[in-house]
Amino acid sequence: MSADVELDHITVRFGDYVAVDDADLRVEDGEFFSFLGPSGCGKTTILRTISGFLEPSEGGVRIGGRDMRGIGPNRRPTALIFQNLALFPLMSVADNITYGLRVRGVSGAERRRKADELLELIALRGQGDKKVGELSGGQRQRVAIARALAVEPDVLLLDEPLSALDLKLRQHMRTELRTIQQRVGITFIYITHDQGEALTMSDRIAVMSDGVVQQIDQGATVYDNPATSFVASFVGENNPFFGRVSRTETGFAVADTASGALVGRNPQGLREGEKAIVFVRPEALVVGNGAANGQANVIRGMVTNAEFEGPTVNLYLRVEGGREVMLLMPHSGGAPSLAIGEEAVVSFDPQRAVVLPEGALAGE
Amino acid sequence: MRFVRRNGLFLSGYLLVAVTVWIVFMIVLPQLYMVDFSFRPNLPLNEIGGPDDKYTLENYRYLVFGRPTDEALLNWLHLEVFFRTIIASICVTLLDFCLCYPLAYYMAQVARGGRTRLLLLLLILPFWVNEILRAFAFRLLFASGGMINTALLGLGLIEQPIDFLRADVALYAGLSYAYILLMMFPIYNAVESLDHNQVEAARDLGAPWWHIHLFVVMPFAKPGIAAGCTMVFMLSAGALAVPQILGGPSSLWFTQVIYDWFYQGGNWPQGSAYAFVLLIACILFVLLVMRLFKVGLGEIAR
Repeated sequence: MSADVELDHITVRFGDYVAVDDADLRVEDGEFFSFLGPSGCGKTTILRTISGFLEPSEGGVRIGGRDMRGIGPNRRPTALIFQNLALFPLMSVADNITYGLRVRGVSGAERRRKADELLELIALRGQGDKKVGELSGGQRQRVAIARALAVEPDVLLLDEPLSALDLKLRQHMRTELRTIQQRVGITFIYITHDQGEALTMSDRIAVMSDGVVQQIDQGATVYDNPATSFVASFVGENNPFFGRVSRTETGFAVADTASGALVGRNPQGLREGEKAIVFVRPEALVVGNGAANGQANVIRGMVTNAEFEGPTVNLYLRVEGGREVMLLMPHSGGAPSLAIGEEAVVSFDPQRAVVLPEGALAGE
Repeated sequence: MRFVRRNGLFLSGYLLVAVTVWIVFMIVLPQLYMVDFSFRPNLPLNEIGGPDDKYTLENYRYLVFGRPTDEALLNWLHLEVFFRTIIASICVTLLDFCLCYPLAYYMAQVARGGRTRLLLLLLILPFWVNEILRAFAFRLLFASGGMINTALLGLGLIEQPIDFLRADVALYAGLSYAYILLMMFPIYNAVESLDHNQVEAARDLGAPWWHIHLFVVMPFAKPGIAAGCTMVFMLSAGALAVPQILGGPSSLWFTQVIYDWFYQGGNWPQGSAYAFVLLIACILFVLLVMRLFKVGLGEIAR
């Protein structure tokens, strides 16, 4: 059994502070859905609202079509995985996993069987009698997942469960989580501030900022077609150029910026004279004026730094207007074509840039 | 020598002397003296050290069997007081636990900072009043013409004043109140260190509140609960002032019997023997209960 989760115009206030502002969305049955945003954006509040630890100030939650108002967290068909996992330190691994079954009065033998089955799923067979403290970080992680799955929830809620792990393990657990989700087939709602996690695991992502859901889309769409300046700057690296729209063509807009006239796609239908930001991804910029569009989309600057990352080189330019721009160049194997302090010309294809209404950027 | 090098000559010297003096002169010697006392007959001053001054079990025997000339097989008078003291102390301990646990949980896990501090202050402040004064105030509160009876009579709930003192209500209330902080703080400390997410995790997994307390919070707070219960039990069993003032006319606390041996009877050996029986019984009982609940001595000291 799995179920869809509907957030029906949810607003959560703490006193005067609005933690979540009119979130209205629907997570499909069996979907891996992520809420992505910086800390304090309200994503954890949404999760606590779905799990029942918080009642929304306005609006309501429906799970599988059932209104959850007044139903406590112990009676909702959800299971939550806490950021610090919150495993019970005094219980064995098996007792941790089957705690929810014990609460439901399931017999000892049946619990033992279920524990073995779940230990098998999380690749910890035969380790049920260990204490939680004897396990490694990644193993504890998997025990927390098993403990939540044991109660056979319709929806699994995960609150940044990978943030305490080191990089290698985190990447490994991404794959593992996705595999487990596909195997059990229930709805996963995942909270993270790490775009890498959101992009690699999710079917769809809701990007949040200041309590407002900015965009809900598949990862690639969020990356290629950000809906707001916040999403453009938060998800992946992006170079913003501030200016004003001087001309529009079908689907495109030209903006006058301190770095010259820049053309990009115009998904929001900006009109002449409106303030705008042109976003160009580092990997869309190329050295030379080969990708230029007539006189537009040519940026001049001076190379200030070059970082060698292996497959790619990050090149930093200080451009006219004073901003620093980042380029991502594939590493060709030869000597670097540009030295620090050298003047450079870079350009980009208008298809690969987007012009958005002026708004808040991430981290500013 | 590593100890001296690490702490310096002055500090290590002080620590060694202080600990030795404390253990030898404050704890071991006086108690040894009392143990020795309890095995000797009660002799007039001039016969001490004389031919009759030899070790005997008579003082201990007396508590159980009374005088050899008595008709009854056992010394029921004192045995009854002894067991009643132990049982009543257990009741006081349980009562304190029932009072403290919910409040400690509330302060440690539910209330926000400001309210917790206010509650702690409200708990501590009354203990500035000394024990005797508090005990007498309780006596006034529970007396036949006291506040509670006056109020109940005034409300028409009772016809006759209730004799709270005779029913030992005042005694239980007084003892519970006297040692309640010793129950409160260890439990509060233990519950406070519990990660609240564990409570929420248990709730999220479907546990009703009592299950969370019984299987998540209490096992975690067990060392604190054990420390609190031990202290309250030991001190209640050894209390003297409160039973003296609040005890009913017919109920005697074992410490009062001991007190009487020392001061009324002038029989110090007999008094020491009684006091040791109480001490050993309390220690054995505490160790037994700790074993039952699988708590180690080391955990209590955390």
